Amino acid sequence: MGVGIEVVSLNAWYGTNHTLQDIHLNIPANHATALIGPSGCGKSTFVRCLNRMHETNPIARVTGTVRIGDLDIYKDAKPVEIRRRVGMVFQRPNPFPTMSIYDNVAAGLKLNGYSNRRALDEIVERSLKNSALWDEVKDDLKKKSGASLSGGQQQRLCIARALAVDPEVLLMDEPASALDPVSTSKIEDLIFQLKSQYTIVIVTHNMQQAARVAEKTGFFLNGRMVEFDLTHKIFTNPSDKRTEDYITGRFG
Amino acid sequence: MIANVPEIRISQAQPQPELGSPEGPRPADPALAEVSAVRSFLLSRGNSAIADRGFQWLMVLCALSIFGIVVLIAVELVLRSQLAWSKFGFGFFFSAFIDPATRLPMYWDPVNGHFSALPFLYGTLVSSFLALLMAVPLAIGVAVFLTEMCPRVLRGPLAFLTELLAAIPSVIYGLWAVFVLVPLLREHVNPLLIRLLGWTSLFNDDNPTGLGFLAAGVILAIMILPIISSLTREVMTAVPHSQREAVLALGATRWEMIRMGVLRNARIGIVGAVILGLGRALGETMAVTMVIGNSPEIHRSMLANGSSMASVIANEFAEASSDLHTSALMELGLALFVVTIIVNALARVLVWAVTRGAPAQVH
Repeated sequence: MGVGIEVVSLNAWYGTNHTLQDIHLNIPANHATALIGPSGCGKSTFVRCLNRMHETNPIARVTGTVRIGDLDIYKDAKPVEIRRRVGMVFQRPNPFPTMSIYDNVAAGLKLNGYSNRRALDEIVERSLKNSALWDEVKDDLKKKSGASLSGGQQQRLCIARALAVDPEVLLMDEPASALDPVSTSKIEDLIFQLKSQYTIVIVTHNMQQAARVAEKTGFFLNGRMVEFDLTHKIFTNPSDKRTEDYITGRFG
Repeated sequence: MIANVPEIRISQAQPQPELGSPEGPRPADPALAEVSAVRSFLLSRGNSAIADRGFQWLMVLCALSIFGIVVLIAVELVLRSQLAWSKFGFGFFFSAFIDPATRLPMYWDPVNGHFSALPFLYGTLVSSFLALLMAVPLAIGVAVFLTEMCPRVLRGPLAFLTELLAAIPSVIYGLWAVFVLVPLLREHVNPLLIRLLGWTSLFNDDNPTGLGFLAAGVILAIMILPIISSLTREVMTAVPHSQREAVLALGATRWEMIRMGVLRNARIGIVGAVILGLGRALGETMAVTMVIGNSPEIHRSMLANGSSMASVIANEFAEASSDLHTSALMELGLALFVVTIIVNALARVLVWAVTRGAPAQVH
């Protein structure tokens, strides 16, 4: 089961560039939450703060509080522990090219020393089924490399890899922006199914996508969160003029 | 050596577009109606077809000269080694002459005309292998530190220094080895090795000089360190950042990230870098000649005197006593030439497989 995320006055910098300014947000458990906004508005930086990936860049800095469930991730835990509980799917599919499909999915568990072969087989199968890839790859799990799949399959493989460690939260940073329409709709169907079990935060450029998959949507602009509300409300009756301008295509 | 001769095709000069459009508005000023100085100058120039053709051939010649030099070296080595080849055949590389009186193998006896490449093959392989054993872990460590851990300010200077090691002439390495390394081995390292590992018979105290396979291996290790570490660094840098992030996002520590996200993806290129280092070690002459001990013998002990293919050529060529002796040295040279070219070609292909773009894919 997923857990909720509570963000209190989060600030982030790249060097001297103040990319996130005073973000307050409550992300509900077991729902999909979409973050929209023009390029460079800070939405990717925001999700990278939720699993402390932001600070892997040596010039990056973060202040504020992020609570995932009842864990204050910047105070009570090391990045390594948090990333085991918060899975992430990136914009471009990044499977491990030198590993088989099976090893790709099992990578997170093997990394942490999980070696029960039978349990591993089950987890790999379940994760691939959950990411709707099982039927396409079940015959050559250990024969084919992760890089031999198509782009859409690779992205679903990356989702399976993230699901295999059974995270409480799944962060998706524009997971479909590098994919064709058919693969995109498969990913969206997948998000729809997964959100009953996981808390999903999805960054997207595509407003229709946000409307299709998310219960709640946040609009980011210039490092600030302008509006956060039910998706339905954001797209039909936004309370902020800037949100309205953005969703009606007047800028961005 | 495969010289890559680019196929140069220079298209025939295109017909020049008409200067000044006929439909264009007529200039009001009658002076401008005349052909301007710039136009008449440009019109007076030919299409330079002959000069261009000449340039083309000159460049082709430059490219072919590389290929020509390699072929000439090979031809010369083959021709000059004919005498030894006809006398010993393949046995040159495999067999030894057994002295009927002492019943001991005689490998290299210029006085009686017995020549066998065995001790030199052995010396070259053993010293190169020892060098790899020491240099590879160190070089990979240097590369990992420089690409993944080093503070940005230190990265440039450190990388520069490592690569500067490659620029030192090998005779300087040899001198340093003779005056610093060999005494150090003789006084401190060798006695320790004999005491701790003497039972393996890989280290025994027959040779009190400090020269030998181990000294050659150590100096070779230092000499091939820069090439291996700089190429390893290059292939590690070519691993996309997204691979590192993928591993980190699964909850990996820094070491796990380097192992799974970087080294694993770069491994084919790292193998290439190691093989390139091997190529250097096989052919290295001066420093090895100064410390290997120069006796054409095969010993199990790493502390014994030996000789390598390159060192025996350097030592004996000037004073070769007979045509057969010269020819035998030439045949050694030919073998070294072929082996190093194959090893280097293989290494380059492997490095290229990783650095040309995406990490090498395994299907």
